[in-house]
Amino acid sequence: MPLSKARIAELNELCRTFRIDVLKAIHGIQSGHPGGSLSVCEILTLLYQERLNIDAANPKDPNRDRLVLSKGHAAPMLYRNLIEKGFLPKNSMMTLRHIDSDLQGHPSMHTPGVEMPAGPLGLGLGAAQGMALGLRLNRSPARVYAILGDGETDEGSVWEAAMSAPKFKLCNLTAIVDYNKVQLDGTTEEIMPLRDMSAKWHSFGWNVIECNGHDIRELNAALDACEKMKDGPSVIIASTVKGKGVSFMEGKAAWHGKPLSDDDLAKALAELGGEK
Amino acid sequence: MAKAIREVYGSVLAELGDTNPNIVVLDADLSGSTKSGIFGKAHPDRFFNMGIAESNMVCTAAGLSTTGKIPFVNTFTVFLTTLGLIATRGQVCYGNLNVKFGGAYCGMSDAFDGATHHATEDIAVMRSLPNMTVIVPSDEKSTRWATLFAAEHIGPIYLRLSRDVYPDLYTDDTKFECGKGAIVRDGKDVTVIACGLLVHKAMEAAELLAQKGISVRVVDMYSIKPIDKELILKCAKETGAIVTAEEHNIYGGLGGAVSEVLAWGGAGVPTEFVGIQDTFTESGPYNQLLAKYGVDANGVIAGIEKVLARKK
Repeated sequence: MPLSKARIAELNELCRTFRIDVLKAIHGIQSGHPGGSLSVCEILTLLYQERLNIDAANPKDPNRDRLVLSKGHAAPMLYRNLIEKGFLPKNSMMTLRHIDSDLQGHPSMHTPGVEMPAGPLGLGLGAAQGMALGLRLNRSPARVYAILGDGETDEGSVWEAAMSAPKFKLCNLTAIVDYNKVQLDGTTEEIMPLRDMSAKWHSFGWNVIECNGHDIRELNAALDACEKMKDGPSVIIASTVKGKGVSFMEGKAAWHGKPLSDDDLAKALAELGGEK
Repeated sequence: MAKAIREVYGSVLAELGDTNPNIVVLDADLSGSTKSGIFGKAHPDRFFNMGIAESNMVCTAAGLSTTGKIPFVNTFTVFLTTLGLIATRGQVCYGNLNVKFGGAYCGMSDAFDGATHHATEDIAVMRSLPNMTVIVPSDEKSTRWATLFAAEHIGPIYLRLSRDVYPDLYTDDTKFECGKGAIVRDGKDVTVIACGLLVHKAMEAAELLAQKGISVRVVDMYSIKPIDKELILKCAKETGAIVTAEEHNIYGGLGGAVSEVLAWGGAGVPTEFVGIQDTFTESGPYNQLLAKYGVDANGVIAGIEKVLARKK
């Protein structure tokens, strides 16, 4: 369903505050991955705050939708979304990566709302495929989403799952590639050229949709289109910018896994419009 | 009647599928060999052939388990515990997910295919993963129990299965228990603690040594994790010498697990380790390989003689 302008504005405002909270948490513990957390912000926020059929009061509902954050290093943006949905206490964000915290460096099943551990890259799509197979056997209407990094697709296991999901005709499965074109050591072009991403997925048998991964309206339309596909799984190649929203981070590999200094945080918060 | 362990496993899986609609089975293009194909024929809608992609197979099983399914993943032992390991550790064990691992051709049982296809480090790998249970059946009855137990048990469990035919050891009314071992032959001079095929080799060795007046106790340690600490310490105390015997590297497997208990318990008895001596193996007829790599009755006898010399 198309979203109203007002709702899109609300979601964009949530994204703005989520970016601030994620950067503050990474700054607080002086550890974490800002770049990939910011690039996946709209993707996770649209899914969690608008589309996923999930309820913190009934977290084991067999018919709940599932999201697997395969690029587990973007965990802070996942946690901020889970806090907003009531899975985690409102004051837990600043416990990110602290000892005894539910907010582990990478997603763990100890964290309410997390459906699959992640961290080692390349494993989430296969797990999401297993969920989609199980839900189909259970005759559940639920949908499954796997969020992948583009650097992550260097992993061969991604392509094992890319090959098998169309075999099983899993129309209840949607993969979303956070296509920010930067990985830890440099650009994807320098480190491991991805060539034609859409053609790759298409040739494996996926329905492929390209869109701007920071445009809520476009992303929402792409997700609507995926739900209509009846012949197999869909993948959204969502073009994004690593570090989106903070000018000095945008497109910079250096910000893959670097914490912010006090000055960096002050500049970033100013650019993001500060806390209201 | 002696039966091939893989055949027993495949048949029990299919029976489980008849009574439990949540059982699902995955294989990596080896279902004709692992015998998971018996389930596949009986329950095609719950059998998933993942192609030659072990990592994806384990990931898929991890996902299936979160929807209430009880997935059994199958391929050759060595591929399951190497190529399948990253998801076994990072998803299944870390998440304590309800996935069952059938490692089909343990030790050198895929004899002619050679060292690349022999699994001689899988027990070490699997028992070092938190939340993983490790079971090594030694005959038809214990394989039947292990497979049924795997389906009932909640959490990850690894079954070390053989391509080979093992003689019968147990009767229909034998009671097995996870975390327990069984004294399958009593003796007073030394205890051989063995698993899988080597239980039978230890029985042969005990019979031969009985003729020389040496009394050998044989323990089938079918549950390697959790392990029967009480039984190990009791055997150390009562027989004063221990030999471990396994179709596995001498490092990190059953020998390692037993040594940990002996050290922890302050048992301090002479111990010898019968197994593959930290080397890669080769192609050949199975019995000749077992002899060459010291994991037959003669190998067990040599271990017993060494430990008895030290005991005196």
